[in-house]
Amino acid sequence: MYAFEYHRPASLKEAASLAGQAEDAKFLAGGHTLLPTMKLRLAGPANLIDLGQIAELRGIERSGDTITIGAMMKHAEVASSAEVKQAIPALAEMAELIGDPHVRNRGTIGGSIANNDPSADYPAACLALNATIITNQRKIAADDFFQGIFTTALEEGEIITQVSFKVPSQAAYAKFRNPASRYALVGVFVAKHADRVRVAVTGAGSNGVFRAAEMEQALSGSFTSEALNGVSVSEDEMNSDIHADSAYRSHLVGVMARRAVQEAAARG
Amino acid sequence: MTATGIGAPVRRKEDQRFVTGQGRYVDDFNRPGQAYAYFLRSPHAHAAIRSIDTGPAMIMPGVIAVFTGDDLAADKIGGLICGWMIHSKDGSPMKAGPHPALAQGKVRYVGDHLAVVIAETLAQAKDAAEAIVVDYDVLPAVVDTAQATKTPVQVHDVSPDNTVFNWHLGNKDETEAAFARAKHVTKIDLVNNRLVPNPIEPRAAVGEYDFGTDNYTLYTTSQNPHVARLVLSAFIGVAPEHKLRVIAPDVGGGFGSKIFIYAEETVCVWAAKKVKRPVKWTSDRSEAFLSDAHGRDHVTHAEMATDENGKIIGLRVHTTANLGAYLSTFSSSVPTYLYAPLLSGQYDIPAIYCEVDGVYTNTAPVDAYRGAGRPEATFVVERLVEKTARELGQNPAEFRRRNYITQFPHATPVIMTYDTGDYAASLDKALEIADYKNFEQRKQESARRGKLRGIGFSSYIEACGIAPSQAVGSLGAGVGLWESAEVRVNPTGSVEVLTGSHSHGQGHETTFAQLVSDRLGIPIDQVSIVHGDTDKVQFGMGTYGSRSGAVGMSAIAKAIDKVIAKGKKVAAHVLEASEGDIEFKDGRFGVAGTDRSMAFGEIALQAYIAHKFSGQDLEPGLKEGAFYDPTNFTFPAGVHICEVEIDPDTGVTKIERWTAVDDFGVIINPMIVEGQVHGGIAQGVGQALLEGAVYDQSGQLITASFNDYCMPRAIDLPSFQVGMTVTPCPSNPLGIKGCGEAGAIAAPPAVINAITDALGHEDIAMPATPQAVWRAAQKARMPMAAE
Repeated sequence: MYAFEYHRPASLKEAASLAGQAEDAKFLAGGHTLLPTMKLRLAGPANLIDLGQIAELRGIERSGDTITIGAMMKHAEVASSAEVKQAIPALAEMAELIGDPHVRNRGTIGGSIANNDPSADYPAACLALNATIITNQRKIAADDFFQGIFTTALEEGEIITQVSFKVPSQAAYAKFRNPASRYALVGVFVAKHADRVRVAVTGAGSNGVFRAAEMEQALSGSFTSEALNGVSVSEDEMNSDIHADSAYRSHLVGVMARRAVQEAAARG
Repeated sequence: MTATGIGAPVRRKEDQRFVTGQGRYVDDFNRPGQAYAYFLRSPHAHAAIRSIDTGPAMIMPGVIAVFTGDDLAADKIGGLICGWMIHSKDGSPMKAGPHPALAQGKVRYVGDHLAVVIAETLAQAKDAAEAIVVDYDVLPAVVDTAQATKTPVQVHDVSPDNTVFNWHLGNKDETEAAFARAKHVTKIDLVNNRLVPNPIEPRAAVGEYDFGTDNYTLYTTSQNPHVARLVLSAFIGVAPEHKLRVIAPDVGGGFGSKIFIYAEETVCVWAAKKVKRPVKWTSDRSEAFLSDAHGRDHVTHAEMATDENGKIIGLRVHTTANLGAYLSTFSSSVPTYLYAPLLSGQYDIPAIYCEVDGVYTNTAPVDAYRGAGRPEATFVVERLVEKTARELGQNPAEFRRRNYITQFPHATPVIMTYDTGDYAASLDKALEIADYKNFEQRKQESARRGKLRGIGFSSYIEACGIAPSQAVGSLGAGVGLWESAEVRVNPTGSVEVLTGSHSHGQGHETTFAQLVSDRLGIPIDQVSIVHGDTDKVQFGMGTYGSRSGAVGMSAIAKAIDKVIAKGKKVAAHVLEASEGDIEFKDGRFGVAGTDRSMAFGEIALQAYIAHKFSGQDLEPGLKEGAFYDPTNFTFPAGVHICEVEIDPDTGVTKIERWTAVDDFGVIINPMIVEGQVHGGIAQGVGQALLEGAVYDQSGQLITASFNDYCMPRAIDLPSFQVGMTVTPCPSNPLGIKGCGEAGAIAAPPAVINAITDALGHEDIAMPATPQAVWRAAQKARMPMAAE
């Protein structure tokens, strides 16, 4: 790790102002990507702004058909939240599938979304649950937020404050874990909303998280796993690595999508 | 059996300190004035070094010194050695390329050591290492085992085609004749995947030099501190043997990887004198992946000949073994004498011939890893036996039984003489525990849920308790493989045992104390086990090859016998009887036929106060030592049965049941033995399903962290059903065979045999990842995802 200046602002305003002044600054949320990268000396920000003491970034609230989660809420907190479990059980279950207990008790929803790792789980939930990413500057629809691997709509110095999810009538997340890292080799989040079904796929796409349009169309007609027969995602758009090639990933997207639909339907 | 004697499931004495964080590992040692070493490692798999400019690093803050291979050479520090000479078929010695502790002229794998920076802090040493300017001429690399001899890339000048040796064992003519008259020949191609050892504690070293006494001290993560001292002094020439103290304190697992003498500890001892400061190096996990000696990495073609009665009549094997970029300490013995002599398995095979080509590649050195050669042999034999049974349409359990060796001693065609065993007894017990008779029912039940169920056997054997010194000497070993012990009885009757074995997870502090408690009739808490310090223990060969029970404890038993004999002499004086009338029983020395007796502790006190006998008749004190050299290897054997259920939609393999029936001879502590079996199976399952070191074609290690290299987790394993059968080992006084490696040896073929049984398709490589199983299932045209 290279030497850096550590800052711990008490308010969002202070954090933004620090980011505006400090050279080469990074925000620190749960740190589960940034800190290992720094330890390997692959990243060496001059300033680290720890968001951990900012009360405005915490909390979980249900309001009508949305549930809003503070950006610094940890995965374990989302997984065990009575509000989340009641409103969108699939979201709580997804949070419970992230990493291991250490990761779930440090990693945060805001950090995960801002990082947009192509194998992270939250981006799929955001797309499928038609989320709105709320920052200290504006509101961004999830559909506009994720812009490719490790790339988002966030501007320099912009801080995610909350994520607001639409409560679906039925939803489920089926994840095929990378056996080593526990990231999603393929994760499919399926959500049935009043107007349409959304299907979001993480881990698999060569350009990061994406919505599977053909699957959405098929399921909007009939929310059954049989509706997915003959529908697949193209191998050409799949990622390929030592753990899974594009053909296997494409196949798994189909399997996971069917399982998610079955589970969502079974939940009623 | 007493509550703490042989056979009792005594809780491990050492666990109190381990589970409360009080263990003391090398990195816990901090010496006054200590500086920190950081090694600059090659980012290239193969490159000539045009120049190294350490100047910019030397002026960085906190830097004390920067050394390269030239500095070692100037001080006439020798290279690292390989301590087992292998000769090729034509009689020529193996081609050992130079292995300097810091590279000279060339780097040969990613992670190879180029230079060391010694600084006030580790961070400063790392900063300075980044400032070293190296001008590389990057060369093409060879990484692939099977291609190593077919490339223009040349790793070492001594070996133009990258061959280290072309070695063979067995009888070629008899084997060819057996194949000529065979009714059936079964062929198989196998890859034994390369593994990264990954003990929980990474390697570490602290070197220290005392200018007052001219003594060196090395704290190191070693399984065999005396061997480290011998190699560092006699071969590498860092310090004279009597001036070098090597301490291997608590060590957090080794699995073989801490047997070897590496560049880092060599440099730390040497540099401590150069910079006049203690020098510490602690590996981080990334360095461990790159530079700990890896395991396995064989490519094999094997054939098994059977006659018209389903009897195995011949086996021929050709293996290419990847030894990496340099020959590590015992690397040459692993794919040769620790491999081919086990190719007879548990079977009466009259003719066996094995050829092994050892090759260099631009990858990390490969050496012994839990099982060392024997897992590779067992994988060949048990995959081939299973496939043969299937091709002959025979039940795999009964095919094995028909070919089992039943008469002992049994001389195999590959130099081993098995002393004892009852393989059918283990098979029967395993079939019973595994509920084999209802397997078909379970298979059908799985099929109803769309799942594929399979069962796989592994009738493994291993040669442990290494080893008779004369025997290994005749095979090329540079050292003898006996063990030493000293039993020191204190005046109060408590006992210290100094052993040349080294515990790094095996529980010696408990099991060795159990032996003493059993033999001397004293409570286990009156016994301390001392190990891991060359200033305390006179000599020792260390712990590997499941040798510490069979060899290390036999040495202790021998020393205890001497203590008892001396105690009888003391007792004869004290009890005023003739020595021949003194009996030692249940912890008391007594006069036969009388009620006169004294406790062990009372006699110990008498030995030290020496009031009751003249020093001319008897030496005072009670302390005895012994060296024990075994007369044969030991041959633990058993049957493991793995039952899997495969999800054909995803290729995920779930191990539903695991039965292990092992014959380890006499067992000292069944709880610790069971723990060894569990850990071994977990590692074997890791190899079969999860683990695999992957280099890309340029020689970069792709699986260089736990993000990509998959270690087994508890959730990957079932609850093991462990049973034992016992045929005491006749070649050591305790009847022990050893248990440390059995699981890792038995498990991989059991898993793969179960998967291939489930799929009805033989071609699957390790690790059998979900993708590999899914693809194999597709090849087998099994019903796939419910479309």
